[in-house]
Amino acid sequence: MSDAVSKTGRWIDLANPTRFLSLAGGILPWLGGLTVLVLAIGFWMSMNAPDDYQQGSTVKIMFIHVPFAWLSMMCYTIMSVAALGTLVWRHPLADVSAKAAAPIGAVFTALALITGSLWGKPMWGTWWVWDARLISVFVLFLMYLGIIALTRAMDDPAKSAKATAILTLVGFINIPIIKFSVDWWNTLHQPASVLRMGGSTLDPSYLKPLLVMAIGFTLLFFTLHMMAMRNEIWRRRVTAMRRVAARSADRGTVS
Amino acid sequence: MRLIAENLGGERGGELLFSGLHFAVSSGEALMVTGPNGSGKSTLLRIIAGLLVQAEGMLRLEGAPAAFEGLTAAAHYLGHLNAMKPVLSVGENLHFWQSFNGQGQYSIAEALDYVSLGEIGHLPFGYLSTGQKRRVSIARLLVSDRPVWLLDEPTAGLDKASETQFTGLMRGHLTSGGIIVAATHLPLGLEGSKELALGAAA
Amino acid sequence: MGALFLRDVRLGLRAGGGALVGILFFLAVIAVVPFGVGPDLKLLSRIGAAMLWIGALLATLLGLDRLFQADRDDGSLDLLIMASDRHMLPLTILIKCLAHWTVSVLPLVIASPLLGLFMNMEAAAIGATALTLLVGTPAITLIGAVGAAVAVSLPRGGLLVSVIILPLTIPVLIFGVSASYGAVEDPAPFLAPFLILAAITLFFAVLGPIAAAAALRSSAD
Repeated sequence: MSDAVSKTGRWIDLANPTRFLSLAGGILPWLGGLTVLVLAIGFWMSMNAPDDYQQGSTVKIMFIHVPFAWLSMMCYTIMSVAALGTLVWRHPLADVSAKAAAPIGAVFTALALITGSLWGKPMWGTWWVWDARLISVFVLFLMYLGIIALTRAMDDPAKSAKATAILTLVGFINIPIIKFSVDWWNTLHQPASVLRMGGSTLDPSYLKPLLVMAIGFTLLFFTLHMMAMRNEIWRRRVTAMRRVAARSADRGTVS
Repeated sequence: MRLIAENLGGERGGELLFSGLHFAVSSGEALMVTGPNGSGKSTLLRIIAGLLVQAEGMLRLEGAPAAFEGLTAAAHYLGHLNAMKPVLSVGENLHFWQSFNGQGQYSIAEALDYVSLGEIGHLPFGYLSTGQKRRVSIARLLVSDRPVWLLDEPTAGLDKASETQFTGLMRGHLTSGGIIVAATHLPLGLEGSKELALGAAA
Repeated sequence: MGALFLRDVRLGLRAGGGALVGILFFLAVIAVVPFGVGPDLKLLSRIGAAMLWIGALLATLLGLDRLFQADRDDGSLDLLIMASDRHMLPLTILIKCLAHWTVSVLPLVIASPLLGLFMNMEAAAIGATALTLLVGTPAITLIGAVGAAVAVSLPRGGLLVSVIILPLTIPVLIFGVSASYGAVEDPAPFLAPFLILAAITLFFAVLGPIAAAAALRSSAD
């Protein structure tokens, strides 16, 4: 019984934006520092990785391209979980989390597309091909932009939260399509080589820097996401305070 | 300065709302246009403002200050709508109308003080209550100078205190030689104003 | 006049996100082309300029119906018309068109080289298409102003504006696309259609606002 109460208590604590703000204030400097550290190590390791006998030094684009692509999908997955949080559990921070994640996800997706394009030019001889993997990532980018446009179009966060959550969940269909597009269709894009059954096909001299970079960029994502959530909470407070100011201005004149 | 209407007739949607109106309003005078709904009060004001063409008759402004050519150029029109953008701040809205319509006697800060909204010039217009929005719209009349004020239900949504304040502003405008033509259901508290009853059986 | 331009740009950028929707529509239109015609890169590079132009044309038409409607809904339009002794109404309309173009069409022009890469176009073709879009799209906005002014008093004029405007914009499309092709295909000239395109824009910079002003004056009720 008492356990249940304390559990609910903690649940409400986390849901409380004020509690989140103080928590974020405490965590952010450490998280930011760790991000810089890991990214610096990852960058150094990437620079010292050997050139590929076929691709030359262009192979090193992989060390940023692959993390960006992973993050573009992870960010959308996080937004989908947040959308569930909005619709099912009505968690007050879920909507803030989804709204804050969308622009970050859009940027990571754009970076994945750009770095992929830079890598594709020397490898495939063209900036862009219309194959399943590339199209599905491009569609993901369009969905991010659509979600951003929807959140911006409505003034009232309470109203836009549900609409955005529904749109996000519907769009989640695309994530498995992106993941498995390289297996389902015969594409120019190479199939997964790191996370696969029967172990990675990647040589350890590439795998290690790639993993460090992936961890570094994931940390970067969480740092940015937490900062963006904090900004969004502050923005909503400013809006609320302005409305109060508009109301109280009148009371001042009457009295 | 005199605003003169001779044999004025107005129509809306092909239906003649009023005809044969005669009135003359001189500097320092106010004309209250009264009448039931649909009697053509708003149409008359929009005709004077130059937004509609009269069905018949003549309308002219004699002896207007040299800066204002013609009746439309000399008139401020306060319609049912406030002509303000909800996403822009109160100050930005007023600043736009001031620079578009010309610098007036009062600055934006002074005009907002006159309608007791001095503190909230930085807030988006959309956050304001109905009455506050109306008062910002009234402040627009002050930031640019026009000798003729055309007011369509100016006190709609205002509370008692703001109404009294607005009456004071209108008095000030009349004292400085302005003309007011107002369509209204409620008495605006201006002494010695002329009245024009539209569509009344009498 | 500068104040009007700034106000409209601010309105376009703040809230609503109209500019973003236009770009998104443009991206989406270009993205569906390969699904329709197949991912053949040679074919895509050949029709690329035309597709960019059609996409930009449709995206430009998208937001035009709000050009005067927003001002009418809150009563600003009455005051803009009444001020015509101080500021000529056609000039006011021209400024509004310029502000609208800056906020919702210029981003399309800036995004077009990127989409050119998706269509596997050559560098010269991409540059020529972006340049013709820069010169040609103002004409679409200015022609659109006439349609927007005519339909301003209709409660649901949105689609009607596009339908009215589309036939009038066909010359812009023709010369825009032929100039873009002229830059890459050898026998076809670039300069002649490009200059005609510029002439169309200048012509409608005069005719569009005047016609729109006449329509707005008569629409007041």
